[in-house]
Amino acid sequence: MELTSPTDFAKQKVQAVQEYTLLAAQSVGNLFRKPLYFGDMVRQADLIGVGSLPIVVLTGFFTGGVLALQTANTLQRFGSITLIGQLVSTSMVRELGPVLTGLMVAGRNSSGMASELGSMVVTEQIDAMRALGTDPIKKLVTPRVTATVFMLFFLSIISDLVGLAGGLMVAKLFLSLDARQYWSNAWQVLVLQDVFMGLLKPVMFGFIIATVGCYYGITARGGTQGVGRATTQAVVAASVFILVTDFFVTKLLISVLSYH
Amino acid sequence: MSTPTMPAAFDARVERPSASAIVFEDVHLSFEDNAVLRGVSFHLPLGETKALFGVAGSGKSTILKLALGLLEPDSGRITVLGNEVTQMREQDLFPMRGRLGMVFQESALFDSLTVSENVAFRLLEERGTYTNEIDQRVREALRFVELEHTIDMFPSELSGGMRRRVAIARAIITQPELLLYDSPTGGLDPVTSNTIVELIMKQRDVYKTSSLLVTHRLQDAFTMASRQFDKQTNQVRLLPRGQHCDVPMSFLILRDGKVIFDGDVRQLTHTKDEYIREYIS
Repeated sequence: MELTSPTDFAKQKVQAVQEYTLLAAQSVGNLFRKPLYFGDMVRQADLIGVGSLPIVVLTGFFTGGVLALQTANTLQRFGSITLIGQLVSTSMVRELGPVLTGLMVAGRNSSGMASELGSMVVTEQIDAMRALGTDPIKKLVTPRVTATVFMLFFLSIISDLVGLAGGLMVAKLFLSLDARQYWSNAWQVLVLQDVFMGLLKPVMFGFIIATVGCYYGITARGGTQGVGRATTQAVVAASVFILVTDFFVTKLLISVLSYH
Repeated sequence: MSTPTMPAAFDARVERPSASAIVFEDVHLSFEDNAVLRGVSFHLPLGETKALFGVAGSGKSTILKLALGLLEPDSGRITVLGNEVTQMREQDLFPMRGRLGMVFQESALFDSLTVSENVAFRLLEERGTYTNEIDQRVREALRFVELEHTIDMFPSELSGGMRRRVAIARAIITQPELLLYDSPTGGLDPVTSNTIVELIMKQRDVYKTSSLLVTHRLQDAFTMASRQFDKQTNQVRLLPRGQHCDVPMSFLILRDGKVIFDGDVRQLTHTKDEYIREYIS
């Protein structure tokens, strides 16, 4: 195996960051330039949003359920089992709903975007598109970014709701709690800051998923092996990027919105 | 091996850029430490077809990509249809590319689109929806390459030769002013190759389109230099020996990143250069 010098390695990484930033900026900038490819956006929204619905619903429901199961014992010890609705609600809306939805959609769609665009690169379809006078960033990347941001927002809301339903199932079936009390607690504990945080995160995660997936696809080199590598890297990078961003956004919002 | 010599006609050609479809002036390009083009200069007059030859890796396909602005040279100047490609931003290149047609080596058809959507791609980009007029033009282009029956098929359902012909239909649908062919007959059987060569001749002689043709097959270029497409009979006819120079066809040979020959069929067959004689023998 050929060893890369530290200088070359650093240069490659800086160049990758530069290329990614440029691609992300162009994908947003293209929204203000015609044509808009609205049809492609709707097609991608269907593929990304509707296609991801089953996994998002299943993940959300069972996460809410397991959250209730895991915390029930501790809450019972302090005689606060009735607060289980609050706990599931704040955890799902502020954190688990957006993050888990983001990770599931990243696993499904970042890889899909990287492999689709990567295959187009290695079969010269991207060059053909440029040769035909069409900007591939505008035609392929912008609709994917817009669709992912838009759909992840709604998928996170759905995930939050089914997560609460999962918690309710556990509360009612295994802990014999009153459903009305559960919902009332879950609803009342939420403040505007929680909802704001829960809705801002999916917008950022959607942008990360699509831009990272498209970046690895567009920069794929080395035939089918290269496409495979790009696909794996896209999922790993998008997932890590989501978790790191989540930490900093949470910290920032807690400071800015001054609440705990 | 002897030192390659430049025919006298070569310099005269570079000095006449006014009526040119493409002008390359002292173009250099390297990929890392590998110098692919080392001072390439030539010009393609309007209405002419120029066949590019050279051993594998000599930079033939690179020249096409440079002309399209898909690659940027390290130095030198490239002018295509009056636009200085080397000075243009990517955003400004897109409208210019709309006046060009390119047939890629492996066809590069969009595999998720049908044949009709592939051929109509440019028109759909301009107008947004698939109208009756677009359908008519798609059928016309597919009829030109004798593949109208494949209109609803996907590229994966076509043979290599058919894909190449669909790529030609996609390139010519807007009647571009300049066509770039990257090994359009490479890897195909002789019958299919002849069909494609006839299509290129038809485009040259009927629509008078300028074109740059990369090929490994000398016989294809010689066929094109000695025959003409007759619009009346819709057939290719062999020209008498003395009339070969009337065909708007020239040859360009690359060696070690440099142009070692640029001239017509007569100059090529009478060359004294040993390398070229060996190459064409």
